Amino acid sequence: MTALPAFAPAYPEIFMALAALGLLMLGVFRKNDSMTLVTWLSILVMAVTAVLAIQGTDSAVTFNKLFVVNGFTVFAKVLTLLGAGLTLLLINAWAEGEKFARFELPLLVLFSVLGMMLMISANDLIALYLGVELQSLSLYVLAAFHRDNQRATEAGVKYFVLGALASGLLLYGSSLVYGFAGTTTFEGLAMAVKSGPNSIGVTIGIVFVITGLAFKVSAVPFHMWTPDVYEGAPTPITAFFSVAPKIAGLCLFLRVLVGPFAGMIEQWQQVIIAIAVLSMTWGAIAAIAQKSIKRLMAYSSIGHVGYALIGLVVGNEEGARGLLFYLLVYLFMSVGTFAVIMSMRVKGKYVEEIGDLAGLSRNNPGMAMALAVLMFSMAGIPPMAGFLGKFYIFVAAVNAGFVALAVVGLLASVVGAFYYLRLIKIMYFDEPAAAMDPPGLTTGIIMAVSSALMLVFFIVPAPLVSRAEAAARALFLG
Amino acid sequence: MTEQAAVASGFLAIGLSHYLTVGAILFTLGIFGIFLNRKNLIVIMMSIELMLLSVSVNLVAFSSFLGDLVGQLFTMLLLTVAAAEAAIGLAIVVVFYRNRRSIEVEDINQLKG
Repeated sequence: MTALPAFAPAYPEIFMALAALGLLMLGVFRKNDSMTLVTWLSILVMAVTAVLAIQGTDSAVTFNKLFVVNGFTVFAKVLTLLGAGLTLLLINAWAEGEKFARFELPLLVLFSVLGMMLMISANDLIALYLGVELQSLSLYVLAAFHRDNQRATEAGVKYFVLGALASGLLLYGSSLVYGFAGTTTFEGLAMAVKSGPNSIGVTIGIVFVITGLAFKVSAVPFHMWTPDVYEGAPTPITAFFSVAPKIAGLCLFLRVLVGPFAGMIEQWQQVIIAIAVLSMTWGAIAAIAQKSIKRLMAYSSIGHVGYALIGLVVGNEEGARGLLFYLLVYLFMSVGTFAVIMSMRVKGKYVEEIGDLAGLSRNNPGMAMALAVLMFSMAGIPPMAGFLGKFYIFVAAVNAGFVALAVVGLLASVVGAFYYLRLIKIMYFDEPAAAMDPPGLTTGIIMAVSSALMLVFFIVPAPLVSRAEAAARALFLG
Repeated sequence: MTEQAAVASGFLAIGLSHYLTVGAILFTLGIFGIFLNRKNLIVIMMSIELMLLSVSVNLVAFSSFLGDLVGQLFTMLLLTVAAAEAAIGLAIVVVFYRNRRSIEVEDINQLKG
């Protein structure tokens, strides 16, 4: 008889899975109005999971090398949990306002976060695939959750079809990698890739895997689902889509490429450079023509993925540090902006056009101020944290000799600044449109805190940067 | 003709590459089914299944060729996930149908930009 594997490294995930099942029972048996209760309990579960992850084993590999824990995975998991927890608060506020309180909402969020944690910790192509699918299947349902709404269901259909296509590409790539390298574990692949000339089969497999992952993080040219899904899904769910899966997806991207496939850096670097350049430029250019603020945010998030991918191109510790810090800043920028978008209501009805923001500074100066700070940060203008995020990424690129890439990034962020600043111009200098309702308590706090953090991060970045650096170091130690 | 003689003459020899070719053809059919199909969503669902099954063909062929069980294990898990995916996909299609009274691909046109 074989010995049981060590369970301790996976305690956060095990706790989360059991708690989610327990909350499912609670929701089913309490019948009515259990959404708020389940939401708060879900947030508690996420907090406990984060504590377990931080307090847990420093670095370990368990479950027959399927599951790995180290400083990097802990950092990535805490970021994901933070993003999911904040957006869950927004989701709760929205569902109560819309009389659409179903307890399944927080549970689907919880299950998708479980999937994200599993994929961050995956140490094998099989574990990777299962984590990605647990995440994606929950996200498809979330997109279509507002089931009486035509646009939301259409968003669900589009997300499902293209997401399934992405999973198919990822799988096909995994099968080729398995066949030509002879193993699915990351350690085994790293050995196989490092030793000797690589067969063309492995290279093709890696390209397919990269394509699948690029779909999941919505990098150009695999971004076509993003604007539609962002526009169709309810706003707080869009906020969730733009934060947690992106963070987990980019961390997984980083782990896969610098872990098992580190030996083929020449091959994949070219692909990632192309994807990063396309994402940055297209994210900046296509956003200019948008009228809906949610579509604008979709293109903005595509652009941000492009910048983060520069950190991946560099493929060293400094690049990983830049990427992780960028994700941290992006998390709060994105959550804050979506809190503002959620508060765009005129007489109780949600509005989504950019023109509806006209003259916001006179009707609701606090909200205008928060959005202005967040937009400055997104554009990367000091003294906001967004500037530092881009700064660390570009410095890493220049130090590693990717000067042209950094220049393209700078140019793209100049173009991007145009539409971020246009929002500010509309809010502060245009003739006022219909006055907006004051934001709710939770959303108000979230937007105030996240815009304040943009300044705080800029003034005292050192503790966060050193955390990101420690995580990056843990990633390269293995 | 005995089996060995057949293999020696190259007549009946089905090797790894044949399985991979079948897998690649099925996979390509699946992708084209998604992108070129202008009819309805059910055909897209079938194309997705086709893609996943072509991967199963690949995995099992590799597993047998390498003499390694991991590929077959992967296939088992893949089949399970494919079932869940089909269930969720059909549920979303049903919800969409209730709203639009149609599952034609050309009716998926509310969101544009």
